Order: sequence, then C-alpha cells, then structure tokens
Amino acid sequence: MDFIIPQLLTGLAGASSLFLVAVGLTIIFGVTRIVNFSHGSLMMLGAYIGWSILTRLPRDPEWFVLGIAATVLCTAAIGVVLEVVVLRRVYRAPELFQLLATFGVVLILQDVTLWIWGPVELPLPRPRWLRGFVTILDSRFPVYDLVLIAVGPAVLGILWLVMNRTRWGTLVRAATLDREMVAALGVDQRLLFTSVFALGAGLAGLGGALSLPNASANLQIDLSVITDAFVVVVVGGLGSLAGAFVASLLIGILQAFGIVLVPQSTLVLVFLVMAVVLVFRPNGLMGRPQAEAREATLAAPVVRPAPRVLRILGAVALLLAVAAPFLAGDYYLTVLTDGAVALLFATSLHFMMGPGGMASFGHAAWFGIGAYAAGLMSQWLGAPMPLALLAAPLAAGIVAALFGWFVARLSGVYLSMLTLAFAQIVWAVSFQWVEVTGGDNGLLGLWPPGWARDPAVYYWITLALSVGVAMLLRRMLYSPYGYALRAARDSAVRAQSIGLDVQRLRIVALVVAGAAAGLSGALFSYAKGGVFPTYISIPHSVEALLMVLLGGLQTVAGPIVGALVYTGLADILVRSTDLWRLVLGAVIVLLVVAFPEGVAGAARRLWLRGREA
Amino acid sequence: MQVTRRLLLGASGALALPGLVRAQGSAPIRIGEINSYTTQPAFTLPYRNAMQLAVEAVNAKGGVLGRPLELITRDDAGRPQDAVRLAGELVNDQKVDILAGAYLSNVGLALSEYAAQNKRIYVGGEPLTDSIVWERGNRYTFRLRPSTYMQAAILAEEAARLPAKRWVTVSPNYEFGQSGVKWFRQLLTARRPDVTFVGEQWPALGRVDAGATVQALEQMKPDGIFNVLFGTDLTNFVRQGNTRGLFENRAVVSLLTGEPEYLDPLGDEAPEGWIVTGYPGEAIDTPAHKAFASAYRGKFNAKPMCGSLVGYSLILSIAAGIARAESVNMEKMVEGFRGVGFDTPAGPVSYRAIDHQGTLGVYVGRTALKDGAGIMADWRYIDGKDLLPDDAFVRKLRPADA
Repeated sequence: MDFIIPQLLTGLAGASSLFLVAVGLTIIFGVTRIVNFSHGSLMMLGAYIGWSILTRLPRDPEWFVLGIAATVLCTAAIGVVLEVVVLRRVYRAPELFQLLATFGVVLILQDVTLWIWGPVELPLPRPRWLRGFVTILDSRFPVYDLVLIAVGPAVLGILWLVMNRTRWGTLVRAATLDREMVAALGVDQRLLFTSVFALGAGLAGLGGALSLPNASANLQIDLSVITDAFVVVVVGGLGSLAGAFVASLLIGILQAFGIVLVPQSTLVLVFLVMAVVLVFRPNGLMGRPQAEAREATLAAPVVRPAPRVLRILGAVALLLAVAAPFLAGDYYLTVLTDGAVALLFATSLHFMMGPGGMASFGHAAWFGIGAYAAGLMSQWLGAPMPLALLAAPLAAGIVAALFGWFVARLSGVYLSMLTLAFAQIVWAVSFQWVEVTGGDNGLLGLWPPGWARDPAVYYWITLALSVGVAMLLRRMLYSPYGYALRAARDSAVRAQSIGLDVQRLRIVALVVAGAAAGLSGALFSYAKGGVFPTYISIPHSVEALLMVLLGGLQTVAGPIVGALVYTGLADILVRSTDLWRLVLGAVIVLLVVAFPEGVAGAARRLWLRGREA
Repeated sequence: MQVTRRLLLGASGALALPGLVRAQGSAPIRIGEINSYTTQPAFTLPYRNAMQLAVEAVNAKGGVLGRPLELITRDDAGRPQDAVRLAGELVNDQKVDILAGAYLSNVGLALSEYAAQNKRIYVGGEPLTDSIVWERGNRYTFRLRPSTYMQAAILAEEAARLPAKRWVTVSPNYEFGQSGVKWFRQLLTARRPDVTFVGEQWPALGRVDAGATVQALEQMKPDGIFNVLFGTDLTNFVRQGNTRGLFENRAVVSLLTGEPEYLDPLGDEAPEGWIVTGYPGEAIDTPAHKAFASAYRGKFNAKPMCGSLVGYSLILSIAAGIARAESVNMEKMVEGFRGVGFDTPAGPVSYRAIDHQGTLGVYVGRTALKDGAGIMADWRYIDGKDLLPDDAFVRKLRPADA
C-alpha cells in the first residue's frame, strides 16, 4: 500500500502539467470560440524559446524564474502576431474555418521550428537544484515535481483574481457568456480578443518552458500536447477554468494509478475518461450549455440543385475522369485513384457535417474501421475483394450506429471532441493490439484479385463506386429525409415540434456517413496493398475536414472540388520541396482568409453575382 | 483501344531503340529513396547526407557498370500509404532502377509489399522489424540493418552474464517494443532458467508519463531493467529515473541507447554503466571507418551518426549488388544481391541468400560519461552473421517461395 502516496504525488505533478497545457486553450475558446489547433505549437515554441533563453542565463533558481517569465512574454507576443495577422481576418467566417486556419499555422510552425532549432531534441541541462529530491516514505520524489504541484493551483489562483477582481477580467467573463451583448455595450472587441489570445499564448509558453526540466524541446510536442489539451478542456467544460483544473486532477491521478494497475492502458484511458464524462455530462464537468450563438439561428442557405452549366461541367469532368487511363501515365492514375477515394471520404464527411450539422474531428475512424474490416475479412476468412468491399461499409455502419447513440445527444464542439476521442480510441486499438491488427506494421498483402489488378481497372472500380455512392448521398439530400435532416440542423426545437425525431435523423446521418467513409477506406487499402493505423491518425481526420472546408460546406460540389484540389496540391508539394508543410500551411491560411466560404462556395458567389445583378 | 495503344507504344519503342541502347551506356543508374525526412529528421538527415557522400564516392571511382549512380529522395511524411504512392511515382514516372529507404518499420513493410507485388527490387536500410525478412519476407526485398531480433539477442547474451535475477521491462507499446521485449525474455530465459520477469511497463510511444512509469518500476524492486524506450521518451525516462534513483545499484540493459541520435540529447545526464547497443562513432579506429568519418566530417562538418553509417553502407551495398548482377534487370539483380559481399565502414557485410538479411553487425558496450556527454565505452563489434538464429528457425518463419 505504501506505493499510494508517491504515486498520488506523481499524479498531482502530472495534473499540474496538464492544467498548464489546457488552461490557455480554454480561455481562448471561452472568449473567441476558436478551437485553437495551434495551441500545441505555441507550447512547443515556448519550450524551444525557453531552452534558448535558459541556456544563456546563469543556472540559479532566480534566473530560471526570470527566464521563464521572458519566455512567457515572447510567446504572448507571438500570440498577438498570430491573432492580428491571421485570426482577426476570419472571426466572421464559420467557426470551423478558424480551426482550419490554426491548423495551417501548425504546419507552418513545424517547418519554422525545424529550420530555426534543427532536428535534434534539445533538453535543458539541469543544474543541481533541479535534480534534487526529497524522501517520502522511502521513495525519492523530485523537488521540481513538488514545485509543479504548487504551480498549477498558483496559476489557477492568479487567473481567478484577474478574472474576478479586474475590469478586464469582468469583460472577459462577460464575453465568454455572451460576446454579442458585450460588443453591443461598446466594448472594443478587437482589443479584448487580442489580449485574451496573448494571455492564452503566454500560458502555453509557460507550460512549454516549465516542461523543460522534466523533458526536452522537441518537434513532437505540438501534436502530442494538443490532444491532451483538448481532452482536459472538454472534460472540464469549455471555457471553464475551474473545470479544466478538476479535469486535469482527474486525468493526472487516474493516469498515475492506471499505469500501475493496467500498464497497457496508457493511451486509451484518457479518452475513455472523456467519453464517459461526455455521456453523463454532455457539457463537461463544469461547463454550461453553450449559449445559442445568434448567427446560427440564421438558417444556412438552402442547398439547391446545381445550375445547368455546373451540371454540364460536372458531366464533362466525369467523362474526362472515365477516359483518364487512356490519357494519364501509371503514376497519375494512382494519384487519380487516391483522388477518387478522397472524393468519397470528403463527401461522406460533408453529409454529416453540412446538412447534418455534426462536424466530426475523427472522421478517419470510419475510414479506418472500413479498411480494417476489409483487411481482417480477407486475412482471417480469405474473403474475396467484392465481399471485403461489402463488409467495410457494413462494419463501419454498425459501429456508427452504436456510437451514434452517444454522439447524437451532443452538439457543437463537444460533439466534435467526442468524435475525436472515439477516433483516438480506434487508433490506439489498431496501433497497440498487435496480435489482431498487426500493430503499426499493419495488415499487409491486401491486393485486388487478378482481374482487377491492372491499375486502370482498379481505378475504374474506385471511380464507379466513389462517384456512385457520392451521387446516392446527393440524392438523399434532396429526399424528404435530407430536408428533415437540414431542418433538425437549423433548429432542433422547431424540428421536434413538428414531429421530427431529431435524434434518429442524426444517428441515420452518422450511419450513412460512416458507411460511406468505410467503403472509401476499403477502396484505399486495396490500392495501397495494406491497412495501417496511420489511416486513423488525427492528421488524416483533419485532411477530411480540410477537403470539405476548402471546397465549402454549402454546396454539394464543395467536398468534391475540395478533395481534388487537396489531393493534387499535396501530391505536387510533397514531391517538389522538403518544405511542403510550410507551403501547404501558408496556402491553407491564404485560402481561408481569401475564401471564407470555400473554393466552390466562392465560385458559386461569383457566379450568382453575375446572374442576380 | 488497348491494342492500338500498345501497338503505338511498341512502334514508338522500336523507333527509339537505337537511342535507348546508346543512352544505356552512360545514363545514370537511378536509385529512388523514400524516407521520413520531415517526421524523423534527427535520424534521416544525417542518413541522407551519408548517402550523398557514398554516391559521390562510387561515382568518383567510375560508377557501377560504367554508369554513374543518381539518388532521388522523397519524403513519406511517416505514412506508409504515402510511401506506396511515391514508390509508384519513382518507378513509373522517374523510371528508377531500384527502390530503397524507410526508417519506420511500417513504411518498410509497405514498400516491401509494393516491391513483391510489382516485381521491383527494394533495399530497406533502417527498418528494424523482423517480419520484413521473415514472416513477410519476399523475393524482392533486402534489409541492411541488424534487426530487432539481432539487437535483442546480443543484449540477452550480455544480460545472462549478470547476477540479476528479477527483471522488469519498459517498452513503447507497439510492434517494435513488443517484439524487443519478446525476444529478450525468450533468449534470456533460455540461457538463464533462474531469472524471472516480475513486471512490465508499456507507455504509449512518444507519450511516456515518465514520473509515474519510474515510480511503478521502482515499486517492483527489480535487480535488472530492460529498456526499449528511445527518443524523447528515453530523455524523460532517464531524467525521472536519475532523480528518483531508479538506476542506482541496478543493472540496466537498453536497446539502441548507444546510438548518438539517442545518447547525445541526454547530455551530462546520460546514464553510466548501461549495457547498450549503438554506435561509437569516431571512436572506431579501423582504417575503413576512419576514412569514412573524416570524409563525412570534411563534407558536412559534423560527426557521423548511426544513420550516417547505415545510409553510407546502403549505397555501397546497392552498388555491389548491381555490379555483381552486371545488369539492372530485376530478376538478375535479385540474384546479384543474394549473397553479395561488400565492404562497409564497419567491416565486411553480405546479404544472406537464405533471408536477404544484411549481416551488418551490432556495436555493444557500456555507456559512460566523458566531458559532460554520454559515450559508449568497452564496446565491441559483433558480426551480424553470428547474431542470427540457425537456418531451420529462419526457414520455418519465412515463406517458402520468397
């Protein structure tokens, strides 16, 4: 039993680190409603900048504190630049576009950090006082971890004072509750948003710099931290400081004891906690129901069938696509096959996200479940390709139906986060359960049978299935079901009052989208000869979001255009430069700033301007 | 339609034939290389540098079959699916003669699948997974670097000499970590039936909760610790372990920790006395290695890393394989590579005919501190062929048609 106290203290230290990571994110979200994907990148910059400053200072404790303070100021300044240059321009855009812009920033900062600090991880040399320990119940416990245990509550206390005892804090709390009302009362929103973003970025920098004595500055911080931060923020309740603190404690301590009791549980545990909390408290432990944002009550424009010119354009494109094997070389055929898969993947996400109003951050989960279903069918049962291709959407659809019960009750960012958590659990299972899934080595040897092995034949199969299913999805949108689904999205209350079963409509949308994504996953696996956990990674989910948002939510052609533009762009960039992340990130940011309604949406607006004037 | 297209191609091919023959005489032999340059830069950039160095060295001596080598590299972004697509691009678009590369095991396996499916030769430099030459081995795939089995085998041999009886393991929870632990346990218990494994820790890759992990290991009161953590996980683990005294009076046996890629970041906190596999770098004083190290330092003004040794040897192995095949015809190259011997900075190496595994050896030694940085001390080099299991064992695992 004497392991309980040391393990508890270790858990508390972990909890403090988690809190430092998450607190900036929750403050930024509370006020600006921006899901800041680049929060992890800011923390990474904090670690690197902290390293650069601290290695140049004397190694005494007082200089350490000064160095940390300087780091916080630097990252806060970077936050200001980010807010003014990028985010300020997209506040008017739909919420998810801001997410897209911050993801572009993540990509840019990855390459910038690599360029400035190089590829090797940089640990801070620890002076003697940072290596010290105290003996507690025969166990040695690091002094610095005791410091961390104190820092968490201290930061919480200071923030509480700032929020409750200053005018600025009052404005921030007011904006968290109702930002339109605050604006109506004449508060300078720009200044408020910029200062809040600076505070959040500074806190990220603090978290990064304080992680140095226990870890190192490295290029993996950004994405590994961001998921932890999301989980804490969502479990605690978006925008709630105290909630973030309680959630950090819960997760930190569970983690510390989970490691002792079930060593294999490390990855899944955190997300299980989040899933359980969201099932019982859909707004997190201490979150309030989100105030209905006023813009949202303005119904999105009705999606109408495309005008004739667009239909002709589409038909020409399809004809060209069918004829492609005669025109393009072998390699471009594989890119086109990838494009066709991406088309179905993006269309399926658009189905639940556009008309369904459920933005999934974990759409790759369905892609992956489909892929693994096909792979396992073929591996264990020796199923032929057509059967495996059939099993994929079935499996994904069945899992989606089960999962839909949890997810359909949530809305907005909570829903997105639960989908993210679900995708992470699926990923962890595929990555760690080596006996069944082959782990990161994947399921191999999944090739089409002889008659479909020719790249041209397989391309036609993919094209036919992808475009066929995409057309089916489009057909569903114009059916009574599609109108009901859109009614449920635009106003759940009104839809219910006219007798629509909103819950069921949304579950069906999830099942349809999941099944379609599952099929795209299986098609992709046969094209690549295997199934790998990377199919379910967060970047793959974000790719789907990118395609849909690049194309635009409010047109049916949007995801198709987005998928093709993204596939082409990524392919060209990866082959032409080592700095492809920098260029891709910059392109994403530029596109978001220039076309907040997506490429297809912008084309539609230009087209309509010519007609309606 | 297809017939006319083929006819057309055939006709144009026939017309262009004299040109092709002439071009064959001096046109470069193209090596298409795919690796995780953006996601694993610490390991892959020194590796790519050394490949370029080796290409220059080979070309300075007149190339292979009288033709210069040309290296084309691509970034797989750490995703096997991207690697497969780029392999198609290199083969179909860039017309490379040979595929090479991969750092991550899953990328290596995906490329080996592509190679088998399309009957293209692929030489993997870095990936460690055993299955690339055993369970999933195929006719067209070769692998240079000593595998997880080989590294675990030498460590088990060293561990068997220690008095430690109660062992614990700590390893990232994925295929590499799991098979490292599996082989170590199996080979150590075979040599020492009296040892017991009293506990294990499986932190998620790249996300170790070091304090809690160290605390949990400490509770098990082991005599010996087998570690497979590497990279940032290792840094965090070592720091917490040092402060909490986990390593004091305990034997630690650790996979790959002696590689400068993982040892250098630990700085003056590098542990002392761990038994590790790795790469002693410029401390190796054979003439071949000295020449390699000084050429590398001369060109890049940096010390060679473990990745550099692999990248350099990879190109030399490809040059030797093609020279032995006397052709870039795929089937002839496979025969040429099987059993080919070549000299590397580490010593003579060959690709075994039985499983296409390279016999590049393992440096094993103890970690020590020198001038505030970790180094490998008391190290020795063990030829890879002495670390591999007997042929019957391999035949049982490897598909018969490979």
